Amino acid sequence: MGGYIAKRLLSAIPVLMGITVIVFSIMALIPGDPATAILGSYATPENVAELNRDLGLDRPAPVRYFIWLGNMLQGDFGRSFSLNRPVIDEVLDRFSATLVLAGTSFVLCALLGILAGVVSAARQYGLADKAITFAVLLGISIPSFFLGMMMILFFAVRLQWLPVSGMYAIYGGGGLVDLLRHLAMPAIALSVVATGVIARLSRSAMLEVLRQDFIRTARAKGVGERRVIWRHALRAAMVSIIPVLGIQAGFVLSGAVYIEIVFQWPGVGRMLVDAILTRDILLVQGGVVFVAACYVMFNIAVDVAQSLLDPRIRT
Amino acid sequence: MTKFLFLIVRNRLAAAGGIVLLLVVVLALVTPLLPLQPPNVTDTADRFLGPLAPGHLLGTDHLGRDLLSRLLWGTRLSLAVGFAAAVIAAVIGAAIGIVAGYFGGRTDNVIMRGVDMLMAFPYILLALAIVAALGPGLMNALIAVAAVNVPFFARNIRGITVGIANKEFVEAAKLAGMGHWRIIGLEILPNVLPVIVIAMSTTIGWMILETAGLSFLGLGSQPPVADLGSMLGEARSALITNPHTSVVPGVMILFIVMGINLLGDGVRDALDPRLRSGALTRPMAATTVRRESVPEAATGESLLAVRDLETRFHVGKRIFRAVNKVSLTVAPGECLGVIGESGSGKSVTALSVMGLVASPPGVITGGRADYRGADLVGMPYRKLRRLRGDRIAYIFQDPLATLHPLYRVGDQLAEAITVHHAVGRAEAQARAVELLNDVRIPNAESRARAYPHELSGGMRQRVGIAMALANAPDIIIADEPTTALDVTVQAQILALLEDLRRARGLAVVFITHDFGVVGQLCDRVSVMYAGRVVEEGPTDAVLAAPAHPYTRRLIACVPELGQGRRKLHSIPGLPPPVDNLPEGCAFAPRCDKAQDACRRGEIPLDPTGARAVRCLYPEEDLSVRGGTG
Ligand code: SF4
Repeated sequence: MGGYIAKRLLSAIPVLMGITVIVFSIMALIPGDPATAILGSYATPENVAELNRDLGLDRPAPVRYFIWLGNMLQGDFGRSFSLNRPVIDEVLDRFSATLVLAGTSFVLCALLGILAGVVSAARQYGLADKAITFAVLLGISIPSFFLGMMMILFFAVRLQWLPVSGMYAIYGGGGLVDLLRHLAMPAIALSVVATGVIARLSRSAMLEVLRQDFIRTARAKGVGERRVIWRHALRAAMVSIIPVLGIQAGFVLSGAVYIEIVFQWPGVGRMLVDAILTRDILLVQGGVVFVAACYVMFNIAVDVAQSLLDPRIRT
Repeated sequence: MTKFLFLIVRNRLAAAGGIVLLLVVVLALVTPLLPLQPPNVTDTADRFLGPLAPGHLLGTDHLGRDLLSRLLWGTRLSLAVGFAAAVIAAVIGAAIGIVAGYFGGRTDNVIMRGVDMLMAFPYILLALAIVAALGPGLMNALIAVAAVNVPFFARNIRGITVGIANKEFVEAAKLAGMGHWRIIGLEILPNVLPVIVIAMSTTIGWMILETAGLSFLGLGSQPPVADLGSMLGEARSALITNPHTSVVPGVMILFIVMGINLLGDGVRDALDPRLRSGALTRPMAATTVRRESVPEAATGESLLAVRDLETRFHVGKRIFRAVNKVSLTVAPGECLGVIGESGSGKSVTALSVMGLVASPPGVITGGRADYRGADLVGMPYRKLRRLRGDRIAYIFQDPLATLHPLYRVGDQLAEAITVHHAVGRAEAQARAVELLNDVRIPNAESRARAYPHELSGGMRQRVGIAMALANAPDIIIADEPTTALDVTVQAQILALLEDLRRARGLAVVFITHDFGVVGQLCDRVSVMYAGRVVEEGPTDAVLAAPAHPYTRRLIACVPELGQGRRKLHSIPGLPPPVDNLPEGCAFAPRCDKAQDACRRGEIPLDPTGARAVRCLYPEEDLSVRGGTG
């Protein structure tokens, strides 16, 4: 088991390298001169040349790449000029807020999606199945940002149950209850599409498994139907559900960008959009590399979970 | 093609989605021709008019611009951008995929590595990075969305291309000295084109949503021009005061995406033949029973008495009569062989007894099966479940498929006990090890912790037998338990079964296609053909003097009793499909004694003493031999 984890971690190294190369190459596309962009149009040519030297921009691209990579490995992602603070500090602050949001959403969509899928399969063609299928169709069709806006209108403005936006109340907030009240709408809005996708997949995975011979064996043993479904069938279906959870985690993370804008959530997605609009390239670069690296690590965790579940792939 | 269209139209939801989508597309196409107000002309006097305001059907936005006009122009833009992104992603992705798949080797390796790296990003990060580099703007958003979807196409198309690149016609073209690019253009491309188009149509909804999303973030279309996303983004600041400006573009996006999803589902269902045949249905906990009348219970002291059992499969409009009025009896401690070719209905008969026939499509339409005087067929599920595995146990044919792949065999054995008896975990585990010992598995203690895939075929079948023995049942139904095994293992397993049976006084129903096995184990035998019993009697008598021509042929297939694996290929012809049985004797087409009379009317199972035969011209006159053998 330890060997498997080590192997997966090693295999992540080239992927992480690839990610930095891709991000670096995209950023190298930037037209114009970053120094001018940073200093603004009032800068003198001397200022620009000096900054270019400071940033190492006068050297060839491969050299710049390795300097950048070396710095990042030491935790130095550069300095954000628009916020005037180290990129890594800002990214860590913002990413923790995103983790709260996306993490909650992910747990929600995994639990609800699998639950709905299993019930749907167990009651195939029944009323519950039809209701779930319809809800899923609606869920995967509604853009999360539109859903978020409609939720604000209904739950925050009309019913006044929940705060409109933000992560904590400005006055007197800060506790867990306050956080949960602010988290409820964005987390749900963010999870809806993924819940639908997971429910759909879980349903077909369950239907596939329920036709297998080992299910008939369980029934022949006299195992009750509930146990057949929730133990025997779901365990086997999880083998094909887990990889989808990994993929959907990526979509939840992506969707968080929209949701953070709609609900004014102080996460990394909103930070990236602001950074793009202010052309704070180092911040974009650092944020993208950091989040992508976290996602790669998450996917390794998914693979490890998969191998824990399925003894056949454990080596 | 027409069948494909028909399938989509028949799927009402898909058709509805298609119609909505068609309407939207037509509206978008004719937008420039409609008498609309100019979409970008501001009129601050008329800000935030509600829907149905004079002159503005849907009202106006924060700058007093007509919402209906902006909606239609915005839809037009969103559709165009989404479509363009899909085309660009498809073309570039397909090109990459074809090159990688066609040339293979190192080229393939390098390209697919790159594709994997791109796929390691959550898609929006990549799109944001590209927009960050190129700057906000609709064109740049389009490029970003197309770029992040290239890997998806590249990977799909590569897979298809690899398959085609190894086909003979491509090899032939290479031998004929055709250049690589000509082969790709003339041989590969026409074959992958349909796949490209399908992949494109399934992703176009995504592309529309993604570009709308970037515009919503303010990174796509820039004012005053608006697509649906930026309309929604601009309306957001007035969400609370003037919700209709948000609702209008949002609902339009919802319609478009839902239309695409519905249509896409319809297309997928129509393309996926497994769904079409209705094969992807789950079997229920017990076989559906729909009996019109229930026969009287059989008299006599048998442990299990099956009477006039009928089981059918409903597949589409066809009805397969897998089991057709079959009667069998088993006395305590007796071994009954049920023999026939595959498709004769012998396994379905056995499964019907415990309601284990997959349903749908299986339905028990008649007959009964009495175990100690209780009809198993009509029994409520709760009572039936308590008998399953406890009083009546099964041994299935293929132990790799029939054991749960993800649970240790010890746990699976222990479960067989705990579902029927309230025993503790430790005790159940100890019993499991004992059971493994009983079926002569060496190192039972450590084998109990093994997973099925870690055991040999013979070991797995021993586990299957141990599972059947778990609760000391009265009857074991063994469904070709040795067919998947090689000859020596087969002999060991048969010997084991025989010992266990004698030691425990078990009644066994042994399903097989092998008369050698029947001769070795069974007291009596029933021969099945096309869903019916055609001959039955004590094994020795039937073996010594088979009465039905089919039985005689089956026996002739066995070179020497009890040796080796035998198949029934040596009987010329195939059993008839049971949805279309000939009138009269089902064996007539393969019988060399068949007369005209055989093809007319029902032939009864004619009993004589302990034996019975369903044949007009039997090989042996049972009445002369007195049926005693
Ligand atoms: S009834 Fe006629 S066709 Fe059928 S097995 Fe007997 S002889 Fe052959």
